[in-house]
Amino acid sequence: MYDVIIIGGGIVGCALARELSRYRIRVALLEREVEVGFGTSKTNSGIIHAGHHAHPDTLKGQLEWIGNQMWDDLARDLNFGFSRIGELLLAMQAEDLNHLEELKKQGERKGVTGLEMWSPKRLRQEEPNLSHDILQALHAPTAGVVNPYEACFGLIECAQQNGVELFCGQPVLSITREDGGLLIHTSRQQFRGRFILNAAGVFADQVAAMVGADDFKILPRKGEEYMLDRRLQGIVTRLIFPTPTVSSKGVLIIPTVDGTIMVGPTAEDVNDREDLSTTFSGADKVFTAVRRYCPAISERDTITEFAGLRAVADSNDFVIGPSPIKGFFNVAGIQSPGLTAAPAIATYVAKMLRGEGLALDEKTDWQAKIEGPPRFALMSAEERRAAISRDPAFGRVVCRCELVTEAEVLYAIKHGARTLDGIKFRVRAGMGRCQGGFCTSRVLDLLSSTLGVPLTELTKRGRGSELFYPRDDRIAPGDGL
Amino acid sequence: MKSPLQKTYDVVVVGGGPAGLAAALGAGEAGAEDILIVDRETEAGGILNQCIHSGFGLHHFKEELTGPEYAERFIQSVLSRQVTILTDSYVMNIAPDLHIEVISGDYGHLEVQAKSVVLAMGCRERTRGAIRTPGFRPAGVMTAGLAQKMVNMKGLLPGRRIAILGSGDIGLIMARRLMLEGCEVVGVYELMPFSNGLTRNLVQCLDDFAIPLRLSTTVAFIHGRDRVQRLTMAPVDDQLMPILNQSWQVACDTLLLSIGLIPENELSTRLRLKMDPATGGPQVTSTLETSLPGVFACGNVLHVHDLVDFVTEEALRAGRFAAEVAQGRRRPGDNISLQTGENIASCVPHSLSPDREQVVYLRVKRPLKDCVLTIGDRYEKVFRMLIPSEMIRLTLGPEILDRYFGEHLKIEVHPGEVA
Ligand SMILES: Cc1cc2nc3c(=O)[nH]c(=O)nc-3n(C[C@H](O)[C@H](O)[C@H](O)COP(=O)(O)OP(=O)(O)OC[C@H]3O[C@@H](n4cnc5c(N)ncnc54)[C@H](O)[C@@H]3O)c2cc1C
Ligand SMILES: Cc1cc2nc3c(=O)[nH]c(=O)nc-3n(C[C@H](O)[C@H](O)[C@H](O)COP(=O)(O)OP(=O)(O)OC[C@H]3O[C@@H](n4cnc5c(N)ncnc54)[C@H](O)[C@@H]3O)c2cc1C
Repeated sequence: MYDVIIIGGGIVGCALARELSRYRIRVALLEREVEVGFGTSKTNSGIIHAGHHAHPDTLKGQLEWIGNQMWDDLARDLNFGFSRIGELLLAMQAEDLNHLEELKKQGERKGVTGLEMWSPKRLRQEEPNLSHDILQALHAPTAGVVNPYEACFGLIECAQQNGVELFCGQPVLSITREDGGLLIHTSRQQFRGRFILNAAGVFADQVAAMVGADDFKILPRKGEEYMLDRRLQGIVTRLIFPTPTVSSKGVLIIPTVDGTIMVGPTAEDVNDREDLSTTFSGADKVFTAVRRYCPAISERDTITEFAGLRAVADSNDFVIGPSPIKGFFNVAGIQSPGLTAAPAIATYVAKMLRGEGLALDEKTDWQAKIEGPPRFALMSAEERRAAISRDPAFGRVVCRCELVTEAEVLYAIKHGARTLDGIKFRVRAGMGRCQGGFCTSRVLDLLSSTLGVPLTELTKRGRGSELFYPRDDRIAPGDGL
Repeated sequence: MKSPLQKTYDVVVVGGGPAGLAAALGAGEAGAEDILIVDRETEAGGILNQCIHSGFGLHHFKEELTGPEYAERFIQSVLSRQVTILTDSYVMNIAPDLHIEVISGDYGHLEVQAKSVVLAMGCRERTRGAIRTPGFRPAGVMTAGLAQKMVNMKGLLPGRRIAILGSGDIGLIMARRLMLEGCEVVGVYELMPFSNGLTRNLVQCLDDFAIPLRLSTTVAFIHGRDRVQRLTMAPVDDQLMPILNQSWQVACDTLLLSIGLIPENELSTRLRLKMDPATGGPQVTSTLETSLPGVFACGNVLHVHDLVDFVTEEALRAGRFAAEVAQGRRRPGDNISLQTGENIASCVPHSLSPDREQVVYLRVKRPLKDCVLTIGDRYEKVFRMLIPSEMIRLTLGPEILDRYFGEHLKIEVHPGEVA
């Protein structure tokens, strides 16, 4: 019997896991995919929002600003990249000016610090590549950028180090009620739990329906993002936002934490919860919008693109709290700014569980920090020499574009990477200019030999995405096995 | 083999593919004593190790060899010349004073000083990002070169029903290979109105296997969440944009990309060598020396070749000149600069000297029939057919060149008619 079972290993589930790992309780996290962070938390803009965007009367508005302030500590403890680069919200038309003023006031009411109006002159000095037609901009220095998947991996590694049990590749299929708790059935196992936290992202209403706690609906809203060539590095140094509309924050220019430029997302309601496709019309919308405020950006600079689904609840706010079913809690409808708010959601939920009678005694030996993955590319010559003499695997370069060594790939596998995408997102092999052309076969060899799995069973991101077929076998892998 | 490693070398060759091996040979022949080849793979031979089809060496050895056989001959003669080959070792950085930093599986962090350096890092394939295809991001989309490596070196198939985008040679060769492996190749689709492969490969790899080649066509959408399920194909207009209302569906589980090669020039750009945007490689003189004295370049890192024999020829020369410079001997500098004119996509080298016979490699921008190639106002050669995928090789003797001095020579092709 677990005290708490978390369903879903996105940023919310991972943050919950780490938060609950502080206490002397038994916690499990069940994730459908073979690795954590493979849902929406992998495919977003990676922005830690400044704090002034969402209305303070909404839950997302409250947790956005609290969450924002928690990222410095998290990034330091969990050793992932985070940088407060600041944000500029642009007014392009006269009617936008009011909106900027309102947002500034809203932010100030919430306690967001440093909000400041910038004149066109100041703007031109600070961001000379933006259009000269901008009337005014609201600068918010509290906005930052992270690698959202690195954050997931760091959170879960820390949670596991403190005793949380992680079960990947275990989609929850049904939930039954029992005396004193709930029984969860995955495709492989059963788990008993006193409290269940439903953090299943775009599938959260379906999971809630398993116990009849689905008094909300999730409406997936797709966002396409386009990653641009290094040529454009530095074209802007802050996050660039247009004046927002009702359904979205608009198309942004995002200097990512790795220094590349990304543009997006679109906002389009879709029916299919698996629709992660990018489209010609999406690209059109993104680049038409962006060119209005930064004319130098062109669609031709795209090096890769992806889409993610926002889990928008019909109430248009986060759905966090107990359900009519005893012990079953929803942590659902976590649309944007869900990444920003995730650490605040975790503490909010912990407090709520305490209120529901879960005893939360702090562990004396809780470890806030993890060592975090080594990054050869960032080491000095001295550190490199030391690393290689400690472990010769640092002397074998696997990915030349991002300078990733065998030692880093082995570390990733040891900490849960099972797929090509998993390696890519953890160590960045395959993310550089050649996009995996060179390192793929080496990474597959390492996965295969370390995990003792034949090459034909290795996947891009889990079952069904097998990469290579055996020579003689006439049956496609995964087909009717 | 000499035991690694000394502190200083006459010539350090970066990359042990056919270019690097031939450069080392050339350097040895020209009298360099201490020569080091560094390659990041566990074996020398470069891309040849995965090219198990025959067709290599027709020019150089006058016989048809497979890629590994061709490489092996060079490795043997290189080793017999006391060249040190350091494999599983990655050249991290070359400083302007030719101090070289290497990360090695066996030796850890190494530093060596070179008197001259030959860059022979080869090229890499363009990937999906380069062509911006909308749709899903499933498994089953990969470069033809990766598929070649997996089939030939690991005995694995990329899929069962295969579509190939781009008509580059690697794609064409893989079309044949996969047919022989029992796969179905549904078609080769090319964005341009002409093929990018050698005519010989179009005949031997597609025609002989009845694989259709569709020109002016692209992938407009990739379907399948986990694994490729089908493609939306569309013809393109003269801006190369897909005409979506004329699209059709192709069922397949794999999309191989053969959409071009990019010279691997990270080290060169870090050295701030002058680059040629047309080739993607460094600018070089007639002795294949880059803008930094003592640094030479050859093979695919300089410009993408279609025949390994030309790589060998070019690299032998680069090695020879590198050895001369290492020994303090220098040829007279160039005094004629070469410029690309009408219909010429690229040319190597970028300058010439009239003191000896010169080899110039060129590519045209589009297929041209019955045309005249001119260099300046005194050289003319008639060609029945020129196509972008086949590199043109010219030798220019002193008798043509010594009448020029300090001039910009323009190379142009004047078409009789457009093919
Ligand atoms: C394009 C885009 C851009 C965005 N940009 C930002 C931004 O810049 N800043 C910001 O703060 N927010 C942003 N967001 C929002 C943010 O990404 C999300 O709020 C956040 O990732 C939600 O995290 P999650 O853990 O709730 O969901 P997810 O990451 O989707 O996690 C849910 C997990 O549950 C698993 N699961 C589902 N069903 C089951 C089951 N039956 N059994 C077991 N496991 C299951 C899934 O596999 C998944 O891993 C953006 C969203 C999108 C789409
Ligand atoms: C996938 C593919 C298939 C091809 N098939 C054919 C064919 O069938 N027939 C044909 O005639 N031509 C073919 N070619 C063209 C072929 O590339 C050339 O003919 C020839 O191999 C080029 O030789 P090279 O030595 O310049 O490059 P490569 O053979 O690529 O060798 C470069 C070497 O440098 C090493 N290297 C690069 N950077 C570093 C570094 N920083 N440190 C250490 N080592 C480094 C690489 O590992 C590699 O071993 C093919 C090319 C490719 C990419």
